[in-house]
Amino acid sequence: MSKTRESYVRPLDLKHGRVELAHGSGGRAMAQLIEELFARHFDNAYLRQGDDGAVLPMPRVDNANGVPVPAGRLVMSTDAHVVSPLFFPGGDIGSLAVHGTINDVAMMGATPLWLSASFILEEGFALADLARIVVSMAQASREAGVPVVTGDTKVVEQGKADGVYITTAGIGVLAEGVTLSGNRARPGDLVLLSGSIGEHGMAIMAARENLEFASPIVSDSAALHGLVAAMLATGADIRCLRDPTRGGVATTLNEIARQSGVGMLLDEAAIPVQPAVAGVCEFLGLDPLYVANEGKLLAVVAAADAERVLAVMRAHPLGQHAARIGEVIVDSHHFVQMTTGLGGTRIVDWLNGDPLPRIC
Amino acid sequence: MEPSKKRANVLRYIDEFRDGNHARGIAAAIARATRPDRQYAFMEFCGGHTHAISRHGVTDLLPQNLRMVHGPGCPVCVLPIGRIDMAIDLALTHGAIVCSYGDCLRVPASGGLSMMKVRAAVSKGGGDIRMVYSAADALKTAQDNPERQVVFFAIGFETTTPPTAVVIKQAAALGLKNFSVFCCHVLTPPAMHHILATRQPSDIVLDGFVGPAHVSTVIGSAPYAVFATHYRKPVVIAGFEPLDVMQAILMLLRQVNEGRAEIENEFTRAVTPEGNRKAQALMAEVLELRDEFEWRGLGVMPHSALKIRSEFATFDAERRFGLAYRVVPDNKACECGAILRGVKRPQDCAIFGTVCTPENPVGSCMVSSEGACAAHYSYGRYRS
Repeated sequence: MSKTRESYVRPLDLKHGRVELAHGSGGRAMAQLIEELFARHFDNAYLRQGDDGAVLPMPRVDNANGVPVPAGRLVMSTDAHVVSPLFFPGGDIGSLAVHGTINDVAMMGATPLWLSASFILEEGFALADLARIVVSMAQASREAGVPVVTGDTKVVEQGKADGVYITTAGIGVLAEGVTLSGNRARPGDLVLLSGSIGEHGMAIMAARENLEFASPIVSDSAALHGLVAAMLATGADIRCLRDPTRGGVATTLNEIARQSGVGMLLDEAAIPVQPAVAGVCEFLGLDPLYVANEGKLLAVVAAADAERVLAVMRAHPLGQHAARIGEVIVDSHHFVQMTTGLGGTRIVDWLNGDPLPRIC
Repeated sequence: MEPSKKRANVLRYIDEFRDGNHARGIAAAIARATRPDRQYAFMEFCGGHTHAISRHGVTDLLPQNLRMVHGPGCPVCVLPIGRIDMAIDLALTHGAIVCSYGDCLRVPASGGLSMMKVRAAVSKGGGDIRMVYSAADALKTAQDNPERQVVFFAIGFETTTPPTAVVIKQAAALGLKNFSVFCCHVLTPPAMHHILATRQPSDIVLDGFVGPAHVSTVIGSAPYAVFATHYRKPVVIAGFEPLDVMQAILMLLRQVNEGRAEIENEFTRAVTPEGNRKAQALMAEVLELRDEFEWRGLGVMPHSALKIRSEFATFDAERRFGLAYRVVPDNKACECGAILRGVKRPQDCAIFGTVCTPENPVGSCMVSSEGACAAHYSYGRYRS
């Protein structure tokens, strides 16, 4: 045993300290940041291995007889997060980074199992803010039951980034027989939406523009894999699931229409929008159909099964306001059309340009 | 009442003006008032009306023999290329921070440029062009960057003019040395005159106007009287909600059927005959008529735009930087001019929806959401 006394390492100053270039240099400072912040809050057996990557068990799924067998198919997805501001009503970049990737995996019909997280930090970023983000991220991950099993940290010079960017990747496992894809919508199918739209985008926008309202708009950021599991458990013929993030419901439905070579006809009156969101949208000249959501999903479902799926959605806390908002129709132009509340018809086009940059 | 609460209450009145039941009622009245033996054509002057008509599918609720003709009331659309070039020049040659409303950024300028492209290349020899939501944002940018020249690219009709006058006065009061305004504000009545005065026998006959909403809150309803007396055209000032537009159409129909040509006000909840006197006084104090101004599509029109008075010359970017206006012809294939005069429809343009799309606009009418081409492309192109 060495007689040399272990040198004293002053703990990270999480109150007044700031990110320094050394925190990304690969040396002791980085090891300390990882140990005292990331590893401490994300703590789990895979991360504790402390190696360059996580060694994970082969996931198992139940076969037709209910016997667990090695999974035949995995789903992997990744999502970068650059939202500004970093903290907003209803969440922050940390919880968003967890929910965003879990939802991408869940929209494939998979059960998300593990996440990776990579941080790009700007020199000078307050460690207190970083700690707040990591704590929130760890909590979101714990609540979702999807651990962060590996990660990375880089630091760039001041002015080369905006505080913190977080990229997460997720791996999930697909049960046998589940095949969801944007190319499976067929004329006659119905379009279901899990709740009111535009809350995330408008929460960010209101925070950015310092808009004050009687009741603040709260981001809907949430992990949707539980809702998806409940929907899939019905055994209904669900053709496709998508979370309408950037570009909103309008853009997501256009993607599906193009992929499937179909058209859609929506009913504006059936699309739930909170009055506060409708109000801010009006104020800023935006259409809620194009505003980002982070805790909503769209489902294209065979007409015969739609009521059953809708009932299950409404029974779930994240789908209480689920609604049938339209149907899939034959259209060689792949237009998404909508009967307006007024009683006319119009196209709901792809998002044009980017009225709301850095929303997620 | 606290301000935030007030705003929230104001914003509640949205659904009331988009109600389907009311719409059906007005549509039925319009159908009854429409004589089957003739055609009707009304021009909605404002892009705000064009947008409301398209977004809410108002056309579907109108009879076949009643046509809405889109007017030139889209601030971005009527700005000629030469003016965009000047704004780009301010950023590129004079190194100024140019603050612009977002709509302007994508308008094609000379040499394949746009303010968006110039801005994207800022670190590689491009210019510092920033998007602002208000004139006040531009003033703040100047205060935040005392070492830089900051120019507010002021565009729009009478609606956006008073805030421009306010920031010029504020800049004068603060003694700001690094702030100026590139004033491209235009006026509504001269454009309406021009449209009526230059009508050719082959052009579609306009039976009346849906008059501006927000512009009229500033100038009032009185300035339109001449269109009734001189041109015998009814004008109904209408709000920007779809039911406002439908009610105005019904009022226009009744006037036409009864042989009346009057100025009526559907938008009484916001517009008075005399308008906003305070705003008018502010404009008159800081700004004055230009002898002439070139509009896209409508050409050079006398007394149709505003410039900064000599008392405030130090805040006039054109004077401060010695800018000169240069006429730049529109793209030959682009029909924006005829569309802005209400002579052609977007779908009459050979490049509509093919070469010219919102993603890659050739003409200005495809840029702003208030532009006739963008509105038709985004909301109504399945019809054509």
